[in-house]
Amino acid sequence: MAITVNRKPLTFWEKLYLPAIVGGLKVTLKHAYNTLFKGKVVTMEYPEQKWTLPAGYRGAPYLVKDQDNNTKCVSCQLCEFVCPPKAIRITPPGQSGQKADRANAEKMPAEFEINMLRCIYCGFCQEVCPEEAIFLQKDYSLTGTSREEMIYNKEKLLSLGGVSPGIQKWKLKLDEAKAQENFPVKL
Amino acid sequence: MNWNFIIFSLVKIAIAIGVVQGIVMYSVLAERKISAWIQDRVGPNRTAPPFAKFIPVVGPFLTRLGIFQPLADGLKFLVKEDFTPAGVKKIYFWLAPALSVIPAMLTIAVIPFGSQMGAQKMVIADLNVGILYTFGIVSMGVYGIVLAGYAANSKYPFFGGIRSSAQMISYEISMGMSVIPVLLIVGNLNLSQIIGWQSGHGWLVAYAPLSFIIFMVASFAETNRTPFDLPEAETELVGGYHTEYSSMKFALFFLAEYSNMVASSAMMVTLFFGGWTLPFWGLDQPAQSLAMGIVQIFVFLAKMLFFMVVFIWVRWMFPRFRYDQLMDLGWRRFLPLALVNILITAVWLWIRS
Repeated sequence: MAITVNRKPLTFWEKLYLPAIVGGLKVTLKHAYNTLFKGKVVTMEYPEQKWTLPAGYRGAPYLVKDQDNNTKCVSCQLCEFVCPPKAIRITPPGQSGQKADRANAEKMPAEFEINMLRCIYCGFCQEVCPEEAIFLQKDYSLTGTSREEMIYNKEKLLSLGGVSPGIQKWKLKLDEAKAQENFPVKL
Repeated sequence: MNWNFIIFSLVKIAIAIGVVQGIVMYSVLAERKISAWIQDRVGPNRTAPPFAKFIPVVGPFLTRLGIFQPLADGLKFLVKEDFTPAGVKKIYFWLAPALSVIPAMLTIAVIPFGSQMGAQKMVIADLNVGILYTFGIVSMGVYGIVLAGYAANSKYPFFGGIRSSAQMISYEISMGMSVIPVLLIVGNLNLSQIIGWQSGHGWLVAYAPLSFIIFMVASFAETNRTPFDLPEAETELVGGYHTEYSSMKFALFFLAEYSNMVASSAMMVTLFFGGWTLPFWGLDQPAQSLAMGIVQIFVFLAKMLFFMVVFIWVRWMFPRFRYDQLMDLGWRRFLPLALVNILITAVWLWIRS
């Protein structure tokens, strides 16, 4: 059913447009005054000012160390397999390679590279990692002057990553498993 | 015709063109800055030559104000590739930018931008038909735009050209009609004489306010500024008549638009706001000393810049007119209104005499 919208005929003043024009000029002038003299700007001057990132922000993935400053990565290559754009490349140590630098791990990668030009910040590597060794951190503005420079190697990733927040191995996974068991709430 | 006249005229032409170009450059910056302020933004505040940061306080301040932006813009226009699309009609394509710049610059010739300095009158050509000359030249500006639209051999510029021809021809009539009351009151076509009359009797805007409003709206339409920017109409026609242009040829269209703004601001100031006069401090009489002459030039520039700001200011509060609304406003509102205005002024003058 068609609805007829009731349109009032314009009054003489409204037909003149002039009051509306003056009103509009006033509004724009007020905005210009507020911006100029009161500093009410809605924009942010980006490189100098940066926004505060929310918790759980997915930035660039970096490798982390444990509380004893040892490499957590055990070169299982799960992240390499799961990575959708194939940005991660791990060189395992091999049979006669370097031993892990912590006591309870079998091995650690000889080389660990992330091509930041390919990385899509999806977070699959963080999700799949059994050792909680790789985390998406809050860097989002990665720059370089060549493609080679944008391939981050193990040293660079470890130094950028810092020490992990979740230190106790398996604790989170255990909690998750327990939560799964109780999930359909038992009566 | 003596050497003195030729030399002084050339100097005046050089200075006038230089000043107009400077104003045009910086009115582009003003446009960007004022639009930013109105929209709660900051505007261009980064561009600076490398030495700017070594000047304490002043350097960063000027950078923030965007003072160096026009230089960068100009350089960009100069070094960009001057691309000529394959399908264009070459001669007209090259002719169009020149045809739109030249009339815009020519208008300035008859505008008295100051009283006198020494024995020199501060006007390039003191024509006794100044207003007619201006209208004659301004109406040539449409050829540049129409030709650009036609030569580009592309749909959007063509629409822009068509719209522009209709719009500019329609509003020229209201514009011409709106000035007639001024001529009736003053009884002279010479722009210097009109200013002289205003210094004796007060600004003409008080005598013919309706004329002023019609003239102002018509000059918005003539210069293709919002709300009458149908020929460019970025949201509808990509870039309008200059869609296919690049580099310096595009810059010339830009230059023409802003020169037109300068010219019509100057015309408004001359016709309705007393030109270089101010009603106090003895500024309403032709200057006796050199200093007064300079002050009067600055009075004129200040008044003109005010209207430039109004041009820019208005841009950020109007939606664009629809094509039929534009024609309706031009032919069915302003033309009768201007005619009635002429009649009323004539009758009033007849009764008074």
